[in-house]
Amino acid sequence: MTQMPPLNDLYREIVMDHYRTPRNRGELPTPPAQRADGHNPLCGDEISVYVLINGDVIEDIKLTGHGCSISQASSSMMSAAVKGRSLEQTRELVARFKELMTSETADSSDQALRELGEIAALSGVSKFPVRIKCATLAWNTLTQALDDAPQQG
Amino acid sequence: MSYDVRVLRSDFPLLRRVVNGHPLTYLDSGATSLTPRTVLEAMDVYYSRHHSNVHRGVYQTAAEATEAYEGARADVARFIGAASPDEVVFTKNATESFNLLARAWGTAHLKEGDVVVLSEMDHHANLVPWFQLRDSHGITLRFLRVNDEYRLDLSNLDELLDGARLLSVTAMSNVLGTVTPIAQLAERAHAAGALLAVDGAQSVAHLPTNVATLGADFLAFSGHKMLGPTGIGVLWAKSEHWAETPPFLGGGGMISDVTLDGFTPASGPARYEAGTPPIAEAVGLGAAVRYLSSIGMDAVAAHELDLTAYALERLAHSFDERVRIIGPSTTLDRGGVISLDVEGVHPHDVSQVLDQHGVCVRPGHHCAKPLMRRFGLAATARASFGPYSIPAEVDTLVDALRDALEMFT
Repeated sequence: MTQMPPLNDLYREIVMDHYRTPRNRGELPTPPAQRADGHNPLCGDEISVYVLINGDVIEDIKLTGHGCSISQASSSMMSAAVKGRSLEQTRELVARFKELMTSETADSSDQALRELGEIAALSGVSKFPVRIKCATLAWNTLTQALDDAPQQG
Repeated sequence: MSYDVRVLRSDFPLLRRVVNGHPLTYLDSGATSLTPRTVLEAMDVYYSRHHSNVHRGVYQTAAEATEAYEGARADVARFIGAASPDEVVFTKNATESFNLLARAWGTAHLKEGDVVVLSEMDHHANLVPWFQLRDSHGITLRFLRVNDEYRLDLSNLDELLDGARLLSVTAMSNVLGTVTPIAQLAERAHAAGALLAVDGAQSVAHLPTNVATLGADFLAFSGHKMLGPTGIGVLWAKSEHWAETPPFLGGGGMISDVTLDGFTPASGPARYEAGTPPIAEAVGLGAAVRYLSSIGMDAVAAHELDLTAYALERLAHSFDERVRIIGPSTTLDRGGVISLDVEGVHPHDVSQVLDQHGVCVRPGHHCAKPLMRRFGLAATARASFGPYSIPAEVDTLVDALRDALEMFT
């Protein structure tokens, strides 16, 4: 068994910043917003994601819930990244983030990391397998909200 | 015999591990205890010298395997003060023991509307099987609540027990450390005409247990929490209750005859032990209870009580109230399970930082979600002791907690 990587890989400064000062906290009226709830049965983390979709764009997003630093920071970073993005770009970002979490070495190409922006700071989570579920909770819940949202003409 | 924890620690190979550059500080005995060499050796001897299936072969090693398996049953019976080894049924773990109780005894004795009383303090293992029985057979469940002092609220006990058939409750909370008044509960349950089942998963490993005086009708516990291996547990019941309990799982070993018309179940513990049982694990559990008996459960309990007092004192006074103990604050009716709520630091993060110090504590809801909800918590970080735990490990815990607090503020 290899030794755990240093904690700095997990708790990067930008991750801690999002944990201490989470972005886009709150609720949106449903409808018109779509709400989805996610929880991690192992640790009791819970999250509700509210997305307001206008045409093809995520016009607004809000989050409530509680959880560990990784789940809270990841949800905050996710909300900041997808606000104003098109649905297609958002789904692409979700896919890229999940790749980042499952890549064995977390040495994704520079190009891929650049496209993720500050979210790339979560790449260290993949070295702590137990915590991956914490990081992906918000992203899976966002996907659920997008899937549940009525199709717009 | 004096209690020499240093000598005792040398019996546990895992305590020599170095984790993340630190000696292992194992504070998760409430989840599973460490295994002494004598248990490993007993299982090794079984596999190396006697391994055969039990209760069937007539050849030498098969007879030895049966003797070892039934010998373990006798060891466990002695350890808990059972009237006879036949009162001890081997299961997979305490969870399976409760499933046996609910499915086999429960379906035979409880009908729609019959009342079973449980508690808000209990582990999912002593809740979910009863919910399942409610859903399949329409029994009614009532719950003892937990008060602000982290104790069972007994103020409405008689009301809850009115017309009840069974009270099933833990002897020691795996979250709070609270030791419940089993003798009193037994008296009140029996006075109301109900039987008493006890979850001993935490208590049997840490406190002397004597079913002859406990007052319980059923007692469930797990081998791996009491220095034994995983995969073996026990349901003890008085003979009179076994006599009225139909088989649980069906298959080989639990029958006296099978024809194309049906089967006749075996008598004795075999009736509830379908298929090849966990023989090596039973042998390991036998070695574990002999080891615990050689130390003496009174000595184990006294050692853990001292250690818990030390830990409660240090945890209460080292962090300017930024670390809250979720459980009784003194050792009165309390075991060595200490749940912590660390201000501003999620239990997952606490546990992660502690791991860097080689400290093993458990974050989460500890399979007691109703209890967590009662106190408005999603999770706690839980430290728990075993017979081998020492004050220096409490000091390491306190230092590591300080590190976690610094890191997150």
